[in-house]
Amino acid sequence: MSWTAILLLAAGAYAAKFAGLVIGPRLTILKRLDPWLALLPAAMLAALVTVQTLDGAKLLTIDARAAGVAAGSVAALKRVPFVGVIFVAAVVAALVRNY
Amino acid sequence: MVPDELLGGDSVRGSRVPHYARDCVVLGLAVGVFGIAFGVLAAESGLSGAKACVMSLLVFTGASQFAAVSVVGSGGSAVTAVASALLLGARNGIYGLAMAGRLRSRGVRRGIAAQLVIDESTAMAVAQGDPADSEGAFWWAGVSVFVAWNIGTLIGAVAGNAIADPSALGLDAAFPAGFISLMMPQLRQRSTLIAAGLGASFAAVAIPLTQPGIPILLAAVAALVALALVRRRP
Repeated sequence: MSWTAILLLAAGAYAAKFAGLVIGPRLTILKRLDPWLALLPAAMLAALVTVQTLDGAKLLTIDARAAGVAAGSVAALKRVPFVGVIFVAAVVAALVRNY
Repeated sequence: MVPDELLGGDSVRGSRVPHYARDCVVLGLAVGVFGIAFGVLAAESGLSGAKACVMSLLVFTGASQFAAVSVVGSGGSAVTAVASALLLGARNGIYGLAMAGRLRSRGVRRGIAAQLVIDESTAMAVAQGDPADSEGAFWWAGVSVFVAWNIGTLIGAVAGNAIADPSALGLDAAFPAGFISLMMPQLRQRSTLIAAGLGASFAAVAIPLTQPGIPILLAAVAALVALALVRRRP
């Protein structure tokens, strides 16, 4: 990858972030979209979780990773704190994968 | 250059360290292992250490960086690499929209904040029950992940593949589970639960059908559908 490609990627990645955080709020239309904005993080993060859990090169895949996430979700439902949840998920995924 | 927000404006119980700090630091450490993996993959794909490190500093969005170096490593063109990476990075723009109302910083500081708008900082910000904590949690998570990601990249690029395979440690499962944990307080509200359910469903349907990046962007549409459903039957 050339320096030019890396710098173009950096510029594009920053432009996306900057457009959302800095330019977006100046658009008056956005003030009407408050209820939509309020639902955005939950929808986006749920989609992210789905992709991180099930995506296997364009296939839905259920494997050790999904087992770990399932165990972590149960912990989260039982109100285990954040650090405990990621620990449970990692341990279960590692155990299922390696044994 | 340390923003005041990092010092946690309100000193809780006489402490200067806010209550979410530990979560942010742990999150950073986990990201650091992925940073090492990125440094190793970048080296294997033929990138110099300098290029890998500059990429982590300036691009700073993990999924995009992994995508770019994998495309190059498997013989794809630089144009394909940049395009697929940008598609994955586009979601940060939507996070930015959602975060805009929660961040008070202006000027240069807002420009710095923009670089830190990623999955982890957004999730940590929206996880805070007290909206006043959102901004501090954003900076803590963003700075913690930034530092760890860049140190990890440097270690991976220099030390090579002698170390740290994130999936052997189960860390590939730790991230989605961690995000679920951070979302949990919001999911007690019916409207956000519907939005999350639709976002996840749209993504699951889109994974086999679309380019990587699209399944997450579709969540913006899912949120709109959720809004319509909630309004119809309040």
